Amino acid sequence: MDSDSRRTKGTVVHSAESTRSSPFPDEVLERVLSILESRKDRSSVSLVCRDWYNAERWSRTHVFIGNCYAVSPGMVARRFPRIRSVTLKGKPRFSDFSLVPDDWGADIHCWLVVFALKYPFLEELRLKRMSVSDESLEFLSLNFLNFKALSLVSCDGFSTNGLAAIATHCKNLTELDIHENDVDDKSGSWLSCFPENFTTLEVLNFANLSNDVNFDALQRLVSRCKSLKVLKINKGISLEQLLELLVCAPQLMELGTGSFSQELMAGQNGELGSAFNNCKSLHTLSGLWDATAAYLPALFPACANLTFLNLSYATLQSGEFSKLLAHCPLLRRLWVMDTVEDKGLESIGANCPLLEELRVFPADPFDEDIHGVTEAGFVAVSYGCRRLHYVLFFCRQMTNAAVATIVQNCPDFTHFRLCIMNPGQPDYLTNEPMDEAFGSVVKTCTKLQRLSVSGLLSDLTFEYIGKYAKNLETLSVAFAGSSDWGMQCVLGGCPKLRKLEIRDCPFGNAALLSGLEKYESMRSLWMSSCKVTMNGCRHLARKMPRLNVEVMKDDLRDDSHAYKVYVYRSLAGPRTDAPPSVLTL
Amino acid sequence: MEGGVAYENDLNLKATELRLGLPGTDESEQQSLICVRNSKRPLPDAGNECLPKGKSDAQHQTIPAAKAQIVGWPPIRSYRKNSFQQKKDEAEGHGIYVKVSMDGAPYLRKIDLKGYKGYPELLKASENMFKFTIGEYSEREGYKGSEYVPTYEDKDGDWMLVGDVPWDMFMGSCKRLRIMKGSEARGLGCGV
Repeated sequence: MDSDSRRTKGTVVHSAESTRSSPFPDEVLERVLSILESRKDRSSVSLVCRDWYNAERWSRTHVFIGNCYAVSPGMVARRFPRIRSVTLKGKPRFSDFSLVPDDWGADIHCWLVVFALKYPFLEELRLKRMSVSDESLEFLSLNFLNFKALSLVSCDGFSTNGLAAIATHCKNLTELDIHENDVDDKSGSWLSCFPENFTTLEVLNFANLSNDVNFDALQRLVSRCKSLKVLKINKGISLEQLLELLVCAPQLMELGTGSFSQELMAGQNGELGSAFNNCKSLHTLSGLWDATAAYLPALFPACANLTFLNLSYATLQSGEFSKLLAHCPLLRRLWVMDTVEDKGLESIGANCPLLEELRVFPADPFDEDIHGVTEAGFVAVSYGCRRLHYVLFFCRQMTNAAVATIVQNCPDFTHFRLCIMNPGQPDYLTNEPMDEAFGSVVKTCTKLQRLSVSGLLSDLTFEYIGKYAKNLETLSVAFAGSSDWGMQCVLGGCPKLRKLEIRDCPFGNAALLSGLEKYESMRSLWMSSCKVTMNGCRHLARKMPRLNVEVMKDDLRDDSHAYKVYVYRSLAGPRTDAPPSVLTL
Repeated sequence: MEGGVAYENDLNLKATELRLGLPGTDESEQQSLICVRNSKRPLPDAGNECLPKGKSDAQHQTIPAAKAQIVGWPPIRSYRKNSFQQKKDEAEGHGIYVKVSMDGAPYLRKIDLKGYKGYPELLKASENMFKFTIGEYSEREGYKGSEYVPTYEDKDGDWMLVGDVPWDMFMGSCKRLRIMKGSEARGLGCGV
């Protein structure tokens, strides 16, 4: 693009003025700004002055859109002419838990149509909670000749036919990452659609898909893609076949092992061990869905360099888990199932001093009799892993004292997500609310960005949050609080709040409307099964025209109750694709 | 409580039993009464209290209707939920997970019977799990030397003493385990 055409494109600044306000020619400023990657930095830069705004928008190659309805595709294309990579997020997060109707929206297609026109050289598309049809995938594969990377996380609406189109037509594909989507898995034949002369793949994650792929086709693909760094296979692939793949691809950095189960022949266990030994670059391991104690030792040679171990789908018991952990001293991120129990958590504390992130998922979330892990295990981790700053912990019992100890040991929490699975459960030793637990979290962890609360909580918890959580950006609340005052404290006290999601709390119109001024500085607010009414929502919508106020009705209840409310700022105005169940006020 | 009394099926136990249920709670929501047949080791008088399971279960049974599953709770991604469901269905073939309760313990545990090679291992694991000791087993007298007795519910719904049948048969028929304690246990002839 030559500089003359740029200056005439909608900027008011004359050349004389621009040399006065900026000592650099545009090209230099752009070159400098093109080094900036952080979107916060880019946002700040764009606010300095008109020149910087323009230089930034011309130099930006990646755009992140946290709410697909906050802007229109046209607006994005007008502001950023040179985009090569797009990240889009669609549905509210609670759609992951079936709280949002299937036809809610967030369809990618209208974006692709604009991108085909404005960004024909688009290389990367990363989508989360979007609706993606097979037609859209085919459209993508045919209209972007240099397309390289597709990542679909928690999306729905497509089938393996769409993936076949991608494999068939995207000659320069480097990344195909299909993660935890609601896919219509018709057959594994999509993998065989990669042409025999196709060699550019670097990332392949199809753990999501259950139908068997043609193993020969996969093996040939893995062999000829010499740059393959990430391979996450699905459950149909046996341990013997995994061994064959590892032998072809010792350069792998991330491996998803699939089910990791089979009866191996006598010598093969040793072969598997030496194959893992040859994977010197392996730093991330996942899968192991049906792994049994007998074959886990084959992994040990690869564990020394592991930084991320994802066992969240593996039902390991504490014994075999501890043995595995003893080989993983460099672990920074660990995801496990609560089948490892407190004993397993103790061995985390004992073996992983560098641990920064821990996620513990429940194996039996709906069976109240089963207690996987308790507060004792969490405390044990906190004593051994002082660098812990991200935790997601599902349990059935907790105490205020335990949480206080935990944050005293690990004051650097940025993400604290505690889910006591029985709604409204008090401290099981003292029978008191869990207010003091979360009070200690927000008082001690000054860097806290994300908080999920649970258990029996009064407004006091929210008073604490409003008073102390000055860096909080995301707050998730369920079955908590006593009155509007709780929510008011949060809205009035957390200056950096961007996302607030609330369900089943006694917060009503007074609480909703206390945030009138605040919602434009936030990405979104979700309130479901609270005490908000249609009138309250209408009032909000009337007062704040730049917010979209959407209400999902519940057929069983009367017309005045606002069952599910989703409020978000938008430059694009009310959306035109809402289904009948979603009312835009 | 007397021990070793056999009950017949047609006694009107329902009229005389004390139950930990809400008034009007349907009998079908309660655990079926312990029945005794001749071929099996008789269980002690458990007719006055319908407590075939551990206490905590009975407490749960007092509010069966109220504890309907809440939509979207706990907050687990649908994808993860579905894969657990699949796993559970497959586990019918792969692992044999049974609940283990101990009288007096506040919550239950779950174990995979396939993880044990035989009764000694299983009993040792139970002892470790709940921190107690089981007595010595003999075919004639059951478990001697401790107030704890391991029992299990078999496919027919009967409560049996652990150890009477071959291990493989046990694995195939065991639905859940209960470590009985105290006077109830004595009725199994553990000769205290």
